Amino acid sequence: MVATAETTRSEQTDVRGDSAWVQHWKQLRSNPLGLFGLVLVVLMVGSAVLADVIVPYDPTQILVGPRLGPPSWEHPLGTDQLGRDTLSRVIMGGQVAMLVAVAALSVALSIGLLLGLIAGFGPRWLDNGLLLVLDSVRAFPVIIFALAVITLLGPSLTTVVLVVAITSIPVYARVVRTQTQSLSDNEYILAERAMGAGTPRILGVHILPNVIGPLLILASMDVPLVIALEAGLSFLGMGVRPPTPSWGTILNNGYNYIQNSPWPVIAGGIPIILTTLGFTFLGEALRDIFDPKLRRDV
Amino acid sequence: MSTLLEVEHLKVRFRSMGALRALMRRVKDPYIDAVCDVSFRIGRGETLGLVGESGSGKSTIARALMGLIPSHGGSMRFDGTELRGLSQRAYKPVRRDMAMMFQDPVGSLSPRLTVRSLITEPFRIHGVRDRDMDAETRRLLEMVGLPAGFAQRFPHQLSGGQARRVGVARALALDPRLVIADEPTAGLDVSIQGEVMNLLAELQDRLGIGMVVITHNLNVVRHISDQMAVMYLGRFVEQGPTEEVFHRPRHPYTEVLLSANPEPDPDAKLHRVEARGDIPSLAHRPTGCEFHTRCPRARDYCREVAPALSSAAPDHTYTCHFPLEADAKERRLEA
Repeated sequence: MVATAETTRSEQTDVRGDSAWVQHWKQLRSNPLGLFGLVLVVLMVGSAVLADVIVPYDPTQILVGPRLGPPSWEHPLGTDQLGRDTLSRVIMGGQVAMLVAVAALSVALSIGLLLGLIAGFGPRWLDNGLLLVLDSVRAFPVIIFALAVITLLGPSLTTVVLVVAITSIPVYARVVRTQTQSLSDNEYILAERAMGAGTPRILGVHILPNVIGPLLILASMDVPLVIALEAGLSFLGMGVRPPTPSWGTILNNGYNYIQNSPWPVIAGGIPIILTTLGFTFLGEALRDIFDPKLRRDV
Repeated sequence: MSTLLEVEHLKVRFRSMGALRALMRRVKDPYIDAVCDVSFRIGRGETLGLVGESGSGKSTIARALMGLIPSHGGSMRFDGTELRGLSQRAYKPVRRDMAMMFQDPVGSLSPRLTVRSLITEPFRIHGVRDRDMDAETRRLLEMVGLPAGFAQRFPHQLSGGQARRVGVARALALDPRLVIADEPTAGLDVSIQGEVMNLLAELQDRLGIGMVVITHNLNVVRHISDQMAVMYLGRFVEQGPTEEVFHRPRHPYTEVLLSANPEPDPDAKLHRVEARGDIPSLAHRPTGCEFHTRCPRARDYCREVAPALSSAAPDHTYTCHFPLEADAKERRLEA
């Protein structure tokens, strides 16, 4: 197989330009905001992945040093009201935030994709039925829905993931449905049917690859929303259980002692802001790159 | 010549409004007839040209034949098999023997597949695994006159003519017995149109496939079809051997179409016959002869009585009360 692929390539006579990925990279490089976003995202994701290795202290260990201490060489972001190292807690909190974001968004993405494809390509009555359900879910205010589910199931990381996943499914499903519908009108879909291709083949080979790109970009722009939601729920005491650190709990604890020391609030707030900015800038840059209509330089 | 495809009294209707709205407006028959009582026969290796204005139902016939839209009456027998009422599953083997080329040369190619994947797609769809796909790719590209290097290209890297050739290669991949070409030359430069027409004619000679060519380009019809049919509002108004229809048209609409066809010779004396007004809506078909609203020869009689099918020769039929005489064309040239 490899050998034959090479022979076909060697018969090629025309000179080909850069591959698509090289072109995308060049575009991203010329977009300073997008590049900044990329750096932030890499930093955040990297520190979340390596959290267990890079934390200077055990984030739950109560140290003998000062409580609510200001930044110092031993504790770059100070210590909290129990004397725990804030930097270690922020890094571990990032891991929790990323975990929630990745888990919730991948669940929402896969289910939303499936429902969207069914609604967009299936019969009209199925489309109408699915839309009714999706719109009903979306009509709930997220926080109220979250509080209701948490009251029912009890606060935990899994519950937060579940809430975020359920509330995000309708958004993705709608995007996929619309894309699928507009793609189905293309003549090449009709041509595939005329050749005898079945629905699974048309959806999998000819529609899915055209839908997945915009969807991943949308998801990357949703990461900050999810992180903010997790932080918000944890702030309300409805998210991650102590002593597991989360940006929301760090904020909440710091808020109670803000008159004694501003450092915990600053330490908990800044990563949320940076992550939000990073994913938003990167997502917007990716959208500009992959959506040819918004492309300026081509 | 044995019959490959025989269509009798084919009828295709489209819903014009939803069931609820039809009920509210008391419309008993919320349908429009896109194709009405169409009959034709194609022998093996024969070509039928379908001409007519946009919206006359040419493409609808093609789609009904491919089973892409349901039909509502008549019969379609392909190689002895009745196609009407077949399930999508039962249609699959038919789609191996009957291939269709769509109007938009680039738009009918899936944008993320390479040319190699595109022209070997029929093999994968029909589970043909015992062939060497690289060899097949080379064979098909050579057949349509494209260099083997095109195998790695994507549709957006092709010109209209190249994309059309890829479409031809894909249609011929599984050696079909019938190819339906919907506007094979639409949107191409005149020189490329000629190339595509020659390619189709040559392949047809060599491979002996039957073809249905849908077009409003009369030169295409004349170049590659043995039989032709002229459509108006979903009906065949004239049908016969191509040369016969070109030289001795009987229906005034055929004459209008023929006289609208640009002549290559600028000095040729032209006798223009034009149709008045626009093509009527399918939802409000004219009474009597449906062409009377635009016919230069219409009389009161035409407004009231629909003409029956008449024959000028055994295989040359038309529907007109006052057909053009056989020598009309000759007289026209003298004038």
